[in-house]
Amino acid sequence: MTSARSFLIRGLLAGLFAGLVAFGVAYAVGEPAINAAIAIEDSGALADHHAHHDPTASDSSGAAEVPRLLQSTLGLLSGTLVAGVTLGGLLGVLSALALGRFGRLGVRAVSLSLAAIGFVSISLMPFVAYPPNPPAIGHPDTIGVRTALYFIMLAASIIAAVTAVLVGREFAERWGAWYATLTAIAGYLLVTLAAMALLPGYSEVPADFPATVLYHFRGASLITQLALWATLGVVLGELLYRLRRRTGGGHVPEPDYAEQLS
Amino acid sequence: MSEVTHTKPVAVAAPPFSFTQVLPWLIFAAMLFLVAWYFISAEQGATSLLSGTAVHEWVHDGRHLLGFPCH
Repeated sequence: MTSARSFLIRGLLAGLFAGLVAFGVAYAVGEPAINAAIAIEDSGALADHHAHHDPTASDSSGAAEVPRLLQSTLGLLSGTLVAGVTLGGLLGVLSALALGRFGRLGVRAVSLSLAAIGFVSISLMPFVAYPPNPPAIGHPDTIGVRTALYFIMLAASIIAAVTAVLVGREFAERWGAWYATLTAIAGYLLVTLAAMALLPGYSEVPADFPATVLYHFRGASLITQLALWATLGVVLGELLYRLRRRTGGGHVPEPDYAEQLS
Repeated sequence: MSEVTHTKPVAVAAPPFSFTQVLPWLIFAAMLFLVAWYFISAEQGATSLLSGTAVHEWVHDGRHLLGFPCH
């Protein structure tokens, strides 16, 4: 007898693996952009940007408590691991809930669908609304407002996604899965795009900040998050599939109607 | 073939878990997620439970690359 506990444990495991992969991607693709941004900050080359760090205690120059070598390796690794493990646990339990409730999708497709919904609603939409910036850009004075706006957008996106899934399941009984899914996606996009339009925007990127560094950083950030979600969805699905197969809850053959009729 | 010897499983459409079965695990996983993500995303940035900047410094690169507002 499997319980939701088995799903949670497999979620945590899959999340650990996803966190490792995300670290590899972030280190290889993201760290060059972060180092480039810190070099620009330390050179003081940005003309119209007041230095937001005390030059004697810059948190990114390595003079502070955690040296850059640790920030870019163990610090980054612990960040992606903790993010992956806890996200994986949540997605594992949600898979237990969604299984048998997402039409006729098997457990692998359920996990990957949940990961896809999670990527779009938790990572992609907030990214589009408030794209992340490398070090040297954000003003410390506005961190409170920027964080609040980011989390308001995140909350709106998550609530819209959960509502879309619940409403979509209702529609599926009347219109079939295809039109219900399209309607749910359209509704989600409408709500989140409206939230984006209504919420105030901000851009603190100095006019003379190199566009290539900014592009590389934002691309790396998106790819890191995509790697996290994609790995989590695929690995979790595989682990749960093996669990279901082993405990007899996996592949169920079609009933032999001809035999039953005879 | 008689009913007694009919051993083929019949397709089960019903979800394997009820909502109340999953709920305690969902609450546990959600709490874990919220506490962990708070420390990754906002602690010693927009808001501080602990004094100093050690948490901010340690997760600095992860916070930037996971897309959260920073500094």
